[in-house]
Amino acid sequence: MSLTRRNFLTRTAIGGAACAASTAASAEAREEKTLPPKALGLLFDSTLCVGCKACVVACREANGTHPEFNTEDKLWDTPLDLDADTLTVIKAYREGTGVTKDQERDGYAFMKKSCLQCIDPSCVSVCPVKAMTKNPETGIVSYNPDNCIGCRYCVAACPFGVPRFEYDKTFARLRKCELCKPRLAEGKIAACAEVCPTGATLFGPVTVLRAEAERRHKMTPGERAFFPRKTADSTDVHEKPAPHYVAETYGLTEVGGTQMQLLSGVRFEKLGMPVLPKKSFVATSETIQHTLYKGMIAPAVLFGCLLVLVRRATNNEQDKTAEHDKHVDEHKGEE
Amino acid sequence: MRMKPLGGPYITRTTIIAALMVAIMGILVLIRLCLGLQSVTNLNNGYPWGLWLAYDMVAGSAIGCGGYAVALVVYALNRGQYHPLVRPAVLASMFGYALGGVSVLIDISRWWNAWHIVWPTYFNFNSVMIEVAVCVCVYTTILMLEFAPAVVEKAVEWTGQRGGNLHALTTSVQKVLNKIIFVLIALGMTLPTMHQSSLGTMLIPFGPLLNPLWQTPVLPALFLLTALCMGYGVVMLEATLVSDRFARPSEARILGLLSRYMIGMLIAFLGIRWGALIYEDKLSSLFTSGGLSLAFLAENALYLIPVIVLWPEHRRMAPRYQFIAAMCILSGGILYRLDAYMIAYGRAGWHYFPSVPELLVTFGMIAVEVLGYVLIVKFFPVLPSVEHAHTVALATNRSVA
Repeated sequence: MSLTRRNFLTRTAIGGAACAASTAASAEAREEKTLPPKALGLLFDSTLCVGCKACVVACREANGTHPEFNTEDKLWDTPLDLDADTLTVIKAYREGTGVTKDQERDGYAFMKKSCLQCIDPSCVSVCPVKAMTKNPETGIVSYNPDNCIGCRYCVAACPFGVPRFEYDKTFARLRKCELCKPRLAEGKIAACAEVCPTGATLFGPVTVLRAEAERRHKMTPGERAFFPRKTADSTDVHEKPAPHYVAETYGLTEVGGTQMQLLSGVRFEKLGMPVLPKKSFVATSETIQHTLYKGMIAPAVLFGCLLVLVRRATNNEQDKTAEHDKHVDEHKGEE
Repeated sequence: MRMKPLGGPYITRTTIIAALMVAIMGILVLIRLCLGLQSVTNLNNGYPWGLWLAYDMVAGSAIGCGGYAVALVVYALNRGQYHPLVRPAVLASMFGYALGGVSVLIDISRWWNAWHIVWPTYFNFNSVMIEVAVCVCVYTTILMLEFAPAVVEKAVEWTGQRGGNLHALTTSVQKVLNKIIFVLIALGMTLPTMHQSSLGTMLIPFGPLLNPLWQTPVLPALFLLTALCMGYGVVMLEATLVSDRFARPSEARILGLLSRYMIGMLIAFLGIRWGALIYEDKLSSLFTSGGLSLAFLAENALYLIPVIVLWPEHRRMAPRYQFIAAMCILSGGILYRLDAYMIAYGRAGWHYFPSVPELLVTFGMIAVEVLGYVLIVKFFPVLPSVEHAHTVALATNRSVA
């Protein structure tokens, strides 16, 4: 094909579009999300948990969920996992003889599962219609059924498997822990922390909870130690020998950090908590999305180039059809 | 370019079977909408996305990329000789996308709120899904307008026999349409580039929930390339089947020429995919992913076979090899998308396999496409007239020789 001026122009235009696209691709990554100023959360210390499940019962009362029956006699509230009807659950780890508490080998331990209130929540990022929101002050991640279309992207994307949808109802909703938002408005604390007899679950500002976790990490295992109930600064304390903690606090860095902090004597992956990188996955997807669609420049350039090319091609096409028709008519005339 | 309706009877064995399947689907959809997802599907909180989303929407929209892939060659590369393939491809695309959209509507749990995805005050621009949703809605409308010339042509012909004001009206509609069609066509190439790549980006938030053989930051490029490959594949399959079933002259020459672009796309896909795998140091996952390793290798084989089969010039022009290549590309592409959205995704302790009613709904959707396509090509001028097909065949023969 010979290089006509027009060809040259259109090719230059395409090259320009490619350049625009590649400069856009080198744009900066989305900045890291930080802890909201008045972030609230929970601190769960697995070594203090005795597995009484008072928190599960209190949670039901606070959120209007119903007992779940998973034994044949249907006499026990036995939730197996988080569910649209169970917003918190106590799970147990057991290995070998299962005799010693908070020991990985031949031991057992408990783990509380509920929403971790991520600092950079996947559910909020992926929701197409702003049904999942993170409060800019308290950082509580809430669900608004009025916005929700039920695509279940949040269910699919949560790294912890927290949001749960109802599949058996016509007017289905999503359910997740919202840190007892209505109770907080009444000046109360989260129900699970309120009822915990050993202070395994504490409620409070995340900075205070992190400091408390730090204090516990500094304890010498076996020495006298004091543990508050309900909140970290409570005067209601009990005495107990300091346990042996694994080195890290879960929730400090996982996918950008969470507002729930976990302490344990057994490695977290053994307790069903996934090993996760520091950077959230939605930071990557948002970076890609906002790079490609920054100011809609790249799509607009692509559209512009295509417009020029199509205009040229359709003009040619119409000329050819006209010629073809003329040719056919002449041909018919000859017959 | 002259297109003509195929004509012939509307009630045939194919259309009756398809209509029955559509009826069964209708009942199941009604049950699902009234009684909730569990009444029809096996979806659960470990696998909130199942067959309807993975096949009907994600794979279905790529099968519907025929119009996009061909338009790119015809208009962007200015290869007018491929023009006879455009209208049937646009028709198939229209079905693929419209039905993908319908599947999403019956899949979402709170379907009465579906309008939120076209209502800007609800939009969350951080969500890749809103980009896909809005873009697909607009594109489906564009496809209908792109197909409009076929409908208007029929109307002009019909009113022409009766004359009067109606004819004047349809003719002026046709004129306006002819004037703005280039905008529609350009939009029709921009939008799939956007949402087909976004379908890949949509998986990135899943992190390790998606097997490392599929999870990669180059997902948008891979999804865009599979959309194009599958687009060419479906045009090839459709053209070989139509010439065979309706005893029409073969478009083998034209398809052979088209397949050069397809081979290029396939090689690009394989190159980027394996390149990313090596760059991210994930080759070891090939040996640790169990059954998924096999699925991964199967996908790649299905993409490599067409490259090998169609590489020599003589095979590229033969309908038999074109058919084999098209089948490989389509099954490879469908498998890739089902793997990425359903099979290679998973949470420990959960299981999902579509229920029989769930499968019947998907089959029903396919039946709608078959039924609609057959009826429309018989009634509307979609396929090139036999006389024209001969001319094109001769012309391309000459240009090849």
